[in-house]
Amino acid sequence: MNDMTVVDNTVETQRTKIAAQNVNVYYGESHAIKDVNVEIEDKTVTAFIGPSGCGKSTFLRCLNRMNDTIDICRVTGDILLEGEDIYDKRVDPVQLRAQVGMVFQKPNPFPKSIYDNVAYGPRIHGLARNKAELDEIVEKSLRRGAIWDEVKDRLQSPGTGLSGGQQQRLCIARAVATEPEVLLMDEPCSALDPIATAQVEELIDELRENYSVVIVTHSMQQAARVSQKTAFFHLGNLVEFGPTGQIFTNPEDPRTESYITGRIG
Amino acid sequence: MTDLSQTPASGETPMPQKRGQSLLEPSDRTKRRNAAETRFKAYGIGAIAIGLLMLLVLVTTIFSKGLGAFQQSFVTLQVELLESKLDKNGNRDIDDIKKVTTFGYAPIIRGAIEAKVTELGIDTPLKAKDMAGILSKDAAATLREYVVTNPGQIGETVEFRFLAQSRVDGYLKGRVSRDSIGNDKNISAGQLDLVDALVAAGVVEKTFNLAFILGSDASDARPEAAGMGVSMLGSLFMMLVVLALALPIGVAASIYLEEFAPQNWLTDIIEVNISNLAAVPSIVFGILGLAVFINYMHLPSSAPLVGGLVLTLMTLPTIIISTRASLKAVPPSIRDAALGVGASKMQSVFHHVLPLAAPGILTGTIIGLAQALGETAPLLLIGMVGFIASNAPDSIASGLLSPNSAMPAQIYEWAKRADPAFYERAWGGIIILLVFLITMNTLAVILRRRFERRW
Repeated sequence: MNDMTVVDNTVETQRTKIAAQNVNVYYGESHAIKDVNVEIEDKTVTAFIGPSGCGKSTFLRCLNRMNDTIDICRVTGDILLEGEDIYDKRVDPVQLRAQVGMVFQKPNPFPKSIYDNVAYGPRIHGLARNKAELDEIVEKSLRRGAIWDEVKDRLQSPGTGLSGGQQQRLCIARAVATEPEVLLMDEPCSALDPIATAQVEELIDELRENYSVVIVTHSMQQAARVSQKTAFFHLGNLVEFGPTGQIFTNPEDPRTESYITGRIG
Repeated sequence: MTDLSQTPASGETPMPQKRGQSLLEPSDRTKRRNAAETRFKAYGIGAIAIGLLMLLVLVTTIFSKGLGAFQQSFVTLQVELLESKLDKNGNRDIDDIKKVTTFGYAPIIRGAIEAKVTELGIDTPLKAKDMAGILSKDAAATLREYVVTNPGQIGETVEFRFLAQSRVDGYLKGRVSRDSIGNDKNISAGQLDLVDALVAAGVVEKTFNLAFILGSDASDARPEAAGMGVSMLGSLFMMLVVLALALPIGVAASIYLEEFAPQNWLTDIIEVNISNLAAVPSIVFGILGLAVFINYMHLPSSAPLVGGLVLTLMTLPTIIISTRASLKAVPPSIRDAALGVGASKMQSVFHHVLPLAAPGILTGTIIGLAQALGETAPLLLIGMVGFIASNAPDSIASGLLSPNSAMPAQIYEWAKRADPAFYERAWGGIIILLVFLITMNTLAVILRRRFERRW
């Protein structure tokens, strides 16, 4: 694939959405993330790349405290969402996750109807006052997930009956239904075929207008295609962070260059 | 491996020579492997055949011995309810009528059977008292009960179907023969002659016996009147207690352990002990129930409530283990999805995980209940076994608190008694119990198939 061309490297300066300062993550004894500092901007797609086990998914899961569900996981340092420390004792992770949505590696729709999949978030957060409003939110979210036209006639059929790519777009629609400010995506295309991948990538580009998107990916081509900023992780360290164009064409660190040219990883 | 070196130089292309052994002939190793596989399959088939044979023997034994209990011999007689014996004052005062004991009814029954024998012209040397001996001792009670409930019928002639005495019943079922009654003071050869004649006349006949399924236990002298019904109610009330307690407690405990509890030494100990609890012999639970529920808490002994509490303790580990297994089987991606859209831990469990685990929980519960239904040992210790000929309980409170038996305990009780007629009823009781157990297990399988979700 000769697709290393960086499509969109116009980086306008945006204000910082999430700022991570000296973040360390430990799984029991092992030190998974080492002293990471990164600033994720609003209305920007930020890609995390790096070899398997480098900590990029772990770091992503810190951003909405999904790591809280793992008993032995410990996080130190500060992660500020709009200036507020999300690891502050007073922060309820449930409230945080409504603002920082997440899309997972494997499409994981609830085994319920398409409608209920999307309506679940708004329901538990009380975003709709009545059925009509809920219908509206569901339609808007499915449109944003670029799947409305495919499912509008069968909203009551089960979400698990869709194809893999459709399921993933449904999951994205479900994530945006709660009106988050940040959307975290953990290798959202790794289980999809190239056509579905292209659809999801196109969707990510559209989502940039409204959200700050952070995407973890194994595919450097994908990072180059969809992101404006790229962070390269290696062995738990954030090696290099900068505009995507610069990372792929003119990396500063020799490790980044080795990885991009396929010598490590 | 390449065969390039063997390519001949000439222009023609011959078939390449096979260098190793021919594929058309299995090597020694392959033969040995195949032989081992064939042997293993044969062992498997043998094991299954032995199992099936045992099952067949069991089922045929149970049915050949137990089916008799569902049939009973009855004697149909026209009884004249003489006013002179039953209501001397003639004013139909129910209190006066009740004063006549079953002894008072004996002459009426004697008269009825004598009249029948005379009417049919049967020649017999028996006296009326011996003729009436072919009837169950229950006959007088049946008659009295009818008169007490229908005092208006006094003076009329009413047709009754009386139970035949158990020896007569056994004679018609082939259990009792003329050779075997030599020392039996309950029946004589003359009475059997009379029975033969009455069978020929259609007065004595064997029919389906609903009373065996619905009735209550009866004393040693009247095996023909004994039934499973009341002990079935005892079992039912126990199962209600078990279901009402074990299901919520078990499910709550499992959800907490599986979804909320931190992983530490304390939860490890709890986990190990739940598994241990499942392996504790049931009689231990019985003695615990005796010590705690009866001696310490002073709950009534022999009560289904206590039985239910004891069986709850016994069923809990089964339910907890199966519930935890079905919670574990729900993929973590569903929990992630729920947490990812901002559901709380409890919302993710109750909205998503629990509904998906429900079929498994239900199946585990039904199997736990089926186990509890067949359990006898703990009931022996809390006094739910013994002669309990009470009538069916009339309310839920009395069903829970008044002494009762349970199906397996009733079977045990019958099997203990000397009269072979009770032995037959024990086998019949086993059939009823097995029907319940098989129904419950089938239900569990159907529910699992029906609601099982694949993803």
